[in-house]
Amino acid sequence: MAAPVIETKDVHLYYGSHEALKGITLDFNPNEITALIGPSGCGKSTYLRTLNRMNDLIPDVTITGNVLYQNKDIYSPSADKVELRKKIGMVFQQPNPFPFSIYENVAYGLKISGMKDKAKIDEIVETSLKKAAIWDEVKDKLHKNALALSGGQQQRVCIARVLAIEPQVILLDEPTSALDPISSAKIEMTLQELKKDYTLIIVTHNMQQASRISDRTAFFLDGRLIEADETRKIFTAPQQQETEDYISGRFG
Amino acid sequence: MNPKKVDKAAIAVLYVLAALIVLILASLLAFILIRGIPQFSWEFFTQPAKTFEEGGGIIIQLFNSFYMLLITLLISTPVALGAAIYLSEYAPQNALTDFIRTAIEVLSSLPSIVVGLFGYLIFVIQWGFGFSILSGSLALMIFNLPLLTRTIEDALRAIPGAQREAGLALGLSRWETVTRIVLPAAMPGILTGVILSAGRIFGEAAALIYTAGQSAPALDFTNWNPRSISSPLNIMRPAETLAVHIWKVNSEGIMPDGAEISAGASAILILAVLLFNLLARYLGRKLQQKLTSA
Repeated sequence: MAAPVIETKDVHLYYGSHEALKGITLDFNPNEITALIGPSGCGKSTYLRTLNRMNDLIPDVTITGNVLYQNKDIYSPSADKVELRKKIGMVFQQPNPFPFSIYENVAYGLKISGMKDKAKIDEIVETSLKKAAIWDEVKDKLHKNALALSGGQQQRVCIARVLAIEPQVILLDEPTSALDPISSAKIEMTLQELKKDYTLIIVTHNMQQASRISDRTAFFLDGRLIEADETRKIFTAPQQQETEDYISGRFG
Repeated sequence: MNPKKVDKAAIAVLYVLAALIVLILASLLAFILIRGIPQFSWEFFTQPAKTFEEGGGIIIQLFNSFYMLLITLLISTPVALGAAIYLSEYAPQNALTDFIRTAIEVLSSLPSIVVGLFGYLIFVIQWGFGFSILSGSLALMIFNLPLLTRTIEDALRAIPGAQREAGLALGLSRWETVTRIVLPAAMPGILTGVILSAGRIFGEAAALIYTAGQSAPALDFTNWNPRSISSPLNIMRPAETLAVHIWKVNSEGIMPDGAEISAGASAILILAVLLFNLLARYLGRKLQQKLTSA
């Protein structure tokens, strides 16, 4: 098996004096989908956001432990979080396209990082939208505002926007929870395809979704990682009582 | 009375109050326009003012008003934009930030005549700018900054945090996120704020009486050398604006047709301010459409 892309060792996170993550040690393998599950407030989203340093935006957050991306600590003083986020992209719970055209949404990251070649940008926009399985639906209206699309389409444009800057890892924070089942199914299919080229880490409330699409599943409870294993094992033969209680619907 | 009747009565009272406000505004506008518009003539708009005789125009004051407005916006917009970006995007939530906000609120409630006197002491006397467009514009900047900063800050804050997160998660720096995502998205609101503040600047008199002066030296509209005293572009010349002119004509004007001139000038002033307001709505909506649709 290939070496993990991201390794976290004993990660603690505090909001002020409240300990939200209580020592998480977990690795992520390339070209796999890892699902993070657990009840609301268990710390799974917080944990996801430590992986691309999005928690840095919140005042009074303290993080201890190590988060290694390609064997480098992303919290070391010399680490560049802007560069890091180009390599570890993120898709959010609420689709958040920029209030610009579909084309601009996908091209924006490229343009800002200095790409001038129009033909090249066009090409990347097209392949990104194709990979995100939205191309056929938007190819005739690339210059329409992205906000005019449905929620599911917006979310796939957001995925395309992340793909355009060619990250290695994509973090998805409940990407389908604001969408209807049909849109969700399309996104799930998209993720299955993306797995070939990317490492995906998805936070989800939906256990069916986790069991359908993920290779590995990690179960969080109260800021602790209770259990992480192959998805099949987690859902058929969990080792911990809490995991079994949660997946069988006894709480959460 | 039962709750349903109370409800109806309350709505009726509110309707009457709202109608009263509209009525006051409409009659004020009608009064000024009905008195003012008959004074409009070619000469009125093209001739300089006369001190002793009838038939003076307002061309110089009108030009001064627009020119002063332009200079004021040129110096106050960047400052307000910078302050607003700092306050909405960078300032930490602490005592210092609260203090800055309070200072801005206080500044916005300063009477404009006080701002004018301050401008007189600092810009006119201390810095030696004299009665000039520059002194006037600086005083107007002080008068204008608090509200402009506030409106731009509000426009920036109205952009959802999810947009900032999206930018940062794409590997943009904070500055790139602000300038390339938040600022363009907030542009309709910012533009509306700037134009609305233009209306306030255009109508301001008290802050200018002691800073830009109450005299309007003859201008030669063919002289474009900005250092010549008769050049319209010279920012070191005294420049009575339209609003100051109205005050001057009414308080110490000795021309026989003073009442007519002030009526005409008031109508122009009102029309210009109305125009700014309509323009602000129109451009804001247009830009919004351009940004949010194809």
